[in-house]
Amino acid sequence: MSFVTRGFGGGSRDRDDRLPPGQTLVQDFPVLSAGPTPEVDTGEWEFRIITEAGTHRWSWDEFNALPSEDIATDIHCVTHWSKLGTSWRGVSLDTLFENVESQFDYVMARSYGGYTTNVPLDELLDGQAWVATEFDGEPLDPEHGGPARLLVPHLYFWKSAKWVRSLVMMPRDDPGFWEQNGYHLHGDPWQEERYW
Amino acid sequence: MIGRPSVPRSGWHAAVVVSSTAETRTAARLELEIEGWPGNAAGQHLDVRLTAPDGYTATRSYSIASSGPATGDATRVVLAVDRVPGGEVSPYLVDVARAGDRLEVHGPLGAFFVWQPAADAAEAAGVADAAGSADAAADPDAAEAATAADAAGAPAARPVQLIAGGSGVVPLAAMAQAHGDAGDATPFRMLYSVRSPADLFFAAELQRLVAAPAPFRLDLVYTRATPEGWPVGPGRLTRDALEAAVFAASETPRVFVCGSTGFVERVASWLIELGHDARDIRTERFGGT
Repeated sequence: MSFVTRGFGGGSRDRDDRLPPGQTLVQDFPVLSAGPTPEVDTGEWEFRIITEAGTHRWSWDEFNALPSEDIATDIHCVTHWSKLGTSWRGVSLDTLFENVESQFDYVMARSYGGYTTNVPLDELLDGQAWVATEFDGEPLDPEHGGPARLLVPHLYFWKSAKWVRSLVMMPRDDPGFWEQNGYHLHGDPWQEERYW
Repeated sequence: MIGRPSVPRSGWHAAVVVSSTAETRTAARLELEIEGWPGNAAGQHLDVRLTAPDGYTATRSYSIASSGPATGDATRVVLAVDRVPGGEVSPYLVDVARAGDRLEVHGPLGAFFVWQPAADAAEAAGVADAAGSADAAADPDAAEAATAADAAGAPAARPVQLIAGGSGVVPLAAMAQAHGDAGDATPFRMLYSVRSPADLFFAAELQRLVAAPAPFRLDLVYTRATPEGWPVGPGRLTRDALEAAVFAASETPRVFVCGSTGFVERVASWLIELGHDARDIRTERFGGT
């Protein structure tokens, strides 16, 4: 249905093949949050994977003793900005799920502050997702999800739950917070899966 | 199983600019006629897509300054767009777009940062329903989320506090207008931080709402220049000024905050310090291009 808008020439022609459709490159790091930034004390922080069989827990010290890796990746927000070549450090979900057994194929990420987002398990494994604790070599800022956030960079960034606390296995792909409030159940930026 | 809000499904629509007028020194008010627009709730936003002759496109999100069901004038939508220096879409919308120009919009978008008059709110109570994952009983986080949904789902009786920084007033002005148009009895207040009188969005409309029957109080904070005879000098919003202006935490207001990330972070942290429940505070931030 697209048609030309009179008088619009376009400001930039720096289209980069790494930019998904409808995205614009930014240099800063915008913030999208539905509510206040929660204060999370690493002394009380814990990370959990909850299955039908029980709960796996890591304290902050236990979590930081896990093998971590550097991640260089592009990130894409549903609000039309992308940031290329960002640097993170975190623990792969392959490591976290090493001893986890579940019959269920879907995951609800739950955060301090009550945020939720749903992701199929097979999109979190095989080097596709991390729990990140550093950005650009520094501890992750609270407004960007510190002390720890999920990082699932091949999906729109609302799936990379800030202040992540638990991954809960579930039998169906139930919608999380934004998925109930207008965003797509899956969220692939290359397919422009932005909205319902 | 999942409560969907009573806001219409989004889609792409062709739109025609009906009028463009100066709103502030740096912003324009654009009235759009949108083919097939299903109406929108106050606080929702839309995406604008512009296409250049060579097929290049640029898309940005804008809050909607108006609201209404899909009847009568409801295919008319008002935007108020601030020019972002060095931006690509906002300078076009502010400086170039004029009556008769055609563009594309996708929407209405967003079902969380919305307010609806009491008459419509019962219908919309499902907006913040917690996710129904299978583990609810086993997971303490789920109980926390359910409480948040309860807190957000009792809309009518509790007062509503709007807190705006700069052009962040746009979705909040839509809520205040919907409240006034409905003659809704919910006590409403707006705290609006703005650089100077010349930067005020919706100055006349907000003053009319103050005088209208629906309970609405407007508190303005000027950060760079005040009108003549203003009782205090210009300065950034402080915690004390915020505390003096907003509904007290004991009145359990629902709070909507919109502005730059710095403004929203500052205001939200003050509200928490003042005893407001984090689950009662809804935020929206603008930034980037």
